[in-house]
Amino acid sequence: MKGFLLRRVLQIVPTLLVVAIIVFLITRIMPGNPAAVLLGPQASVEDIEAYAQQLGLNDPIISQFFQYIINLITFDFGNSLTYNQPVITLLIERFPNTILLALSALVIAMVIGVPAGIIAAKRQNSFIDYLVTTFSLVGVSMPIFWLGLMLVLFFSVNLGWLPATGMGSFDDGLWAGLRHLILPSIALATIPAAEFARIIRSSMLEVVSQDYIKAARSKGVHEFFVICKHGLKNALTPLLTVIGLQFSNLLGGAVLTETIFSWPGMGLLIVDAIERRDYMVVQSTVLFIAIIYVVINLIVDILYKVVNPKVNLDTGGGK
Amino acid sequence: MHNETASDRELLYEEQYKRAQKEQSFMRKLLRNKLAAFGFFVMIVLVFTAIFAPWIATHPPHQMDVTRTLLGPGEMGHLLGTDSYGRDTFSRIIYGARISLIVGVAAVVFGAVFGSLLGVISGYFGGKIDAIIMRIMDGMMAFPFILLAIVLMTVFGQGLMNVIFAIGIANIPGFARVVRGQVLSVKEADYIDVTRSLGAKNTRIIFHHVLPNSIAPLIVYATMAVAGAIISEASLSFLGLGVQPPTASWGSMLQEGKDYLVLNPELATISGLAILITVLSINLFGDGLRDALDPKMKI
Repeated sequence: MKGFLLRRVLQIVPTLLVVAIIVFLITRIMPGNPAAVLLGPQASVEDIEAYAQQLGLNDPIISQFFQYIINLITFDFGNSLTYNQPVITLLIERFPNTILLALSALVIAMVIGVPAGIIAAKRQNSFIDYLVTTFSLVGVSMPIFWLGLMLVLFFSVNLGWLPATGMGSFDDGLWAGLRHLILPSIALATIPAAEFARIIRSSMLEVVSQDYIKAARSKGVHEFFVICKHGLKNALTPLLTVIGLQFSNLLGGAVLTETIFSWPGMGLLIVDAIERRDYMVVQSTVLFIAIIYVVINLIVDILYKVVNPKVNLDTGGGK
Repeated sequence: MHNETASDRELLYEEQYKRAQKEQSFMRKLLRNKLAAFGFFVMIVLVFTAIFAPWIATHPPHQMDVTRTLLGPGEMGHLLGTDSYGRDTFSRIIYGARISLIVGVAAVVFGAVFGSLLGVISGYFGGKIDAIIMRIMDGMMAFPFILLAIVLMTVFGQGLMNVIFAIGIANIPGFARVVRGQVLSVKEADYIDVTRSLGAKNTRIIFHHVLPNSIAPLIVYATMAVAGAIISEASLSFLGLGVQPPTASWGSMLQEGKDYLVLNPELATISGLAILITVLSINLFGDGLRDALDPKMKI
């Protein structure tokens, strides 16, 4: 297991390097002078020249790249021109809020998607199966920014039950924190919930016809245990894969959800930075999210191995 | 060079025969799937709506009228009301279909062409080329799709062509992976060995044998990708990074609708419904395609 862990950790190094190269190249292929783009249209020629010097844009490209990598390793993501502080400070401030939202959405998606998938598989071709299948198809097709607006319209504007925007503090009580979290989490949870229902349904359908399930039933094992102990255990591996993949959607979807609900996370930071033309913040935040995504997938792979030790994940080269 | 023998010819004919049989059974299965047929019907309606927009729209999509702002559905001859500039919502929805479909199809074609090329090279030649290409693709896939498109849009700037490029580039790694996987499974087949031993060049083998036999998952993936590209375009326009105003786009209409949610909820509701119906119909068709081609396909 230790060898596997070490190999898997080392495998993410090239991916992280490619991620860094992509962001580096994107900042360098900007039409015109990157310093001018980063400073925005109001900047004077002197400001642009001074900033280009500060960014090292006049150095050879290779030394620029090495400096960029060194900066990343030392968590130096550059400085925000509009917030007047290091980008890493902004990221540290916003990161927990995005993770709180993404994890809440993940929990909601699992609480809804997993039982829905199990019930649909257990009653294949019944009304409830068609209902789950239809809802999951609509769910994966849902523009979540629109769903977010509709939730605001219904629950905040029409019914006045929940706040439309902002983030509450859990220091003021559980409800104060939760009431702000409910609508954005539901909006963000829709696509993963639909995906989970689809995956669990098809995995369970494969499992329920297996001999060992029939054997467990014939031994008189309660249906609940047959499903939970035998059925779900086998559906867990594909579910873990989807959780890893869905985390990318959750982090990407957070940009849109946070915009609608003014949730002060990294997504809103990106959108605000786009409006302020603070591209340093945009690129650094996106890079940071990509790194988080790679790390989360590493954790999912490790869990994969824990859940199913027979799985061989040591694929070298392209997979 | 290997001389063509009767058994070699048989093997190649067999490949062609199997392919023709597969196509027949695929069409039968697809036509029997009612949901897929419904999705296809909605898609056709949307395509016709986009093509014949000038004849279907009741008003020019950019025509402003400050005396008729934020009207509700049916008021003063505006079927779905008007926006804050007095522009007819129905007409803008009709014209918005053009943007969605153009971006959806063009971005996916862009991603499919370059992604498939990289996937074929990677899978067919293997070795270091494969490792390098796939590491780059892994790196690109580490960015959530919409974030990669956002970063690219901050570089390219607003505009229809730039949206197509940004979403197209973000689509490349997905296609590269799908095609590479197919190429890996196809390239070891007996008929490929025979073709190679008959002296066929790599390009001929790739374009005449490997690619045609990898096309099924590619079509399914491309269909689903069109739905994803339409949502991405709407997302970018919603964030103010998509097509430039005053071009009618469902995402930008939704962005405006957000600001008038209380005064004119129809604007946000209708433009969002247009996106949902379009994406749902494409997904229904894509699901049907996948089931007809191979229900166990992992896409």
